[in-house]
Amino acid sequence: MVEAIVFGVCALGSVACGVTVFRVNSMARATFALLASFVLAAVPILLLGLSYLGVLVILMMVMEMMIMLVFMLMYMMNPAGLMPMKMVHNNRMSLVIAAVVFVVLAMGALITPWPRTGRASALEPTKDLGLDIMGPHMLVMVIIGIVLFATMVAVIVLSSARGRYDRFGDDLSIRPPQDPVKGGLGR
Amino acid sequence: MTLPLFLIFAAALFAVGLYGLLSQQSIVMIMMGLELTINGIIVAAAAVWYFISPGRPDAQTVILVAMAAMAVEMAMGFAVTTAIFRTRDVDMVDSASDLKG
Amino acid sequence: MGEAAKFEDALWSTLVAVGLLGVFGYAVAATTALMRARQAGSPWTGAWAAPAREVARLLVRQRTAVPGSDRLLARVGGALLPIAAIMALLILPFDSQPRGPHAISDLSIGVVWFNAMEVLAWVAVWMVGWGSNSAWGVVGANRFLAQGLAYELPHMFALVTVAVGAGSLRVSDIAAAQTGGLWFVVVMPVAFIVFLLSVMGFSFWGPFDQAVGRDIASGVAAQLSGVDRLVFLVGRYLMLTVGSAMAVPLFLGGDAGPVLPGWAWLLVKTVAVLAVLVWVGQRWPTIRMERFTEISWIVLLPAGILQALVVSIFVLVGWM
Repeated sequence: MVEAIVFGVCALGSVACGVTVFRVNSMARATFALLASFVLAAVPILLLGLSYLGVLVILMMVMEMMIMLVFMLMYMMNPAGLMPMKMVHNNRMSLVIAAVVFVVLAMGALITPWPRTGRASALEPTKDLGLDIMGPHMLVMVIIGIVLFATMVAVIVLSSARGRYDRFGDDLSIRPPQDPVKGGLGR
Repeated sequence: MTLPLFLIFAAALFAVGLYGLLSQQSIVMIMMGLELTINGIIVAAAAVWYFISPGRPDAQTVILVAMAAMAVEMAMGFAVTTAIFRTRDVDMVDSASDLKG
Repeated sequence: MGEAAKFEDALWSTLVAVGLLGVFGYAVAATTALMRARQAGSPWTGAWAAPAREVARLLVRQRTAVPGSDRLLARVGGALLPIAAIMALLILPFDSQPRGPHAISDLSIGVVWFNAMEVLAWVAVWMVGWGSNSAWGVVGANRFLAQGLAYELPHMFALVTVAVGAGSLRVSDIAAAQTGGLWFVVVMPVAFIVFLLSVMGFSFWGPFDQAVGRDIASGVAAQLSGVDRLVFLVGRYLMLTVGSAMAVPLFLGGDAGPVLPGWAWLLVKTVAVLAVLVWVGQRWPTIRMERFTEISWIVLLPAGILQALVVSIFVLVGWM
């Protein structure tokens, strides 16, 4: 009973915070509303017994939202929300599409005859997950690793303002490299 | 706390994220919508694990992959935004429609 | 044990823990005041009461409200810092003899919980810096985020190394795994040093206090005054104390020791780690973030990964 109440409060709170993200004017508050949505959505995951994944979601989402915050403030035109602004295009159509998608998915969730497996929950989901990604699903982790590496390389290539020739001179011979900000190791 | 309730919750998050994806003008706000969408997927995967297949950890692997996808999407989105902002000094998707049509 | 007795137990443990946390925080503040007084050459006999005088002064002063600032975020952030510290305290085992490991809430994923709670410090400090509606506050807040990025990955590897060494994410299991063998500080010294650095990092203490640095008019804390300032600074001392207390079951064997009872050893070891951190905090100058980033990513992170490799090999071979 208590669990059902907690689930209801967290579900409604999470969706409400999600809506708030697109309603507030201040970009800082929008990011924290998204963070609140994530944390409130992680509580039902904790209630289901997935303790490791629930805390992991909270941990990773806090860090990601703080990084996203820095970029929001850099690029958005109204970071503190001091003036009201409208930053949507195609508003009505998007609302219609989102509503239709929600109705279709909800109908699917209610109508589908879900399999009735005995709810014998695994006693140690964390251990099962660890054994799984080290055994049968190791390929998943390997591919994720390669994708993350490719992402790192691509991100640096796209966003770095100075290339090789800026750093090492026209014939790539200047050592140490010329950087505006020196690191701690004197490289 | 039944499976359909969890899935409706996930569908609501997905729909709100979809609204953000489709309607926002700024790349960063689109990414926030995408994050909400993937959040819905994470909740749905957790519910499927608990109610349908608690003996197998496959749904938990889906959650890990979804979190990795979130990180990748955020990183690439910010890199692209930085690159566009450097050349054009705007961050609206409306002004980045060179490949349209 | 009945449910009511367990709840009463947990409540009592929480009160004792928070009280101890307060005592340690006060001791850290008093020691810092003492060291500063000795360095400046002024009489240091009154330094023990300096934190109490500061608390009284802050309680009496008015809270400033900068026009146009995001007051909601500033207040939430200021309150979040001590709350995150207290929530990180939940998983510390207080005494393990004779009735078994006993924390307020011995979560099965205690190490990950600790990590999540200290990442909340990023949120708290940033909110306070943003809510000051001043350039110095935002600069300090972004400095803290840059510092967080630098120390966080080596810190997570240190925690993972400890968990691999003990075979469990539960803090009491980690403390128990060190009985009858070597303490983890001997087996994984790199992880210990990285952990101490990150404790100083997430409580922006000592060499890592650029977020509240003097060159930006005390940065994040620039516009804090009165009760807000008190809550924020208390949160800072609490985070430092909780980090030091966490180092004890993770690296220093929990409450193992020859003569004294378990809880006495816990206190002694926590005080030892705190003393080291306070001394380092007073001795070392502030490290700039761009320099620390290079050090952390090029030196600390590969060292942490190598340490994890070494410990994994120990576990596979059967030495741990």
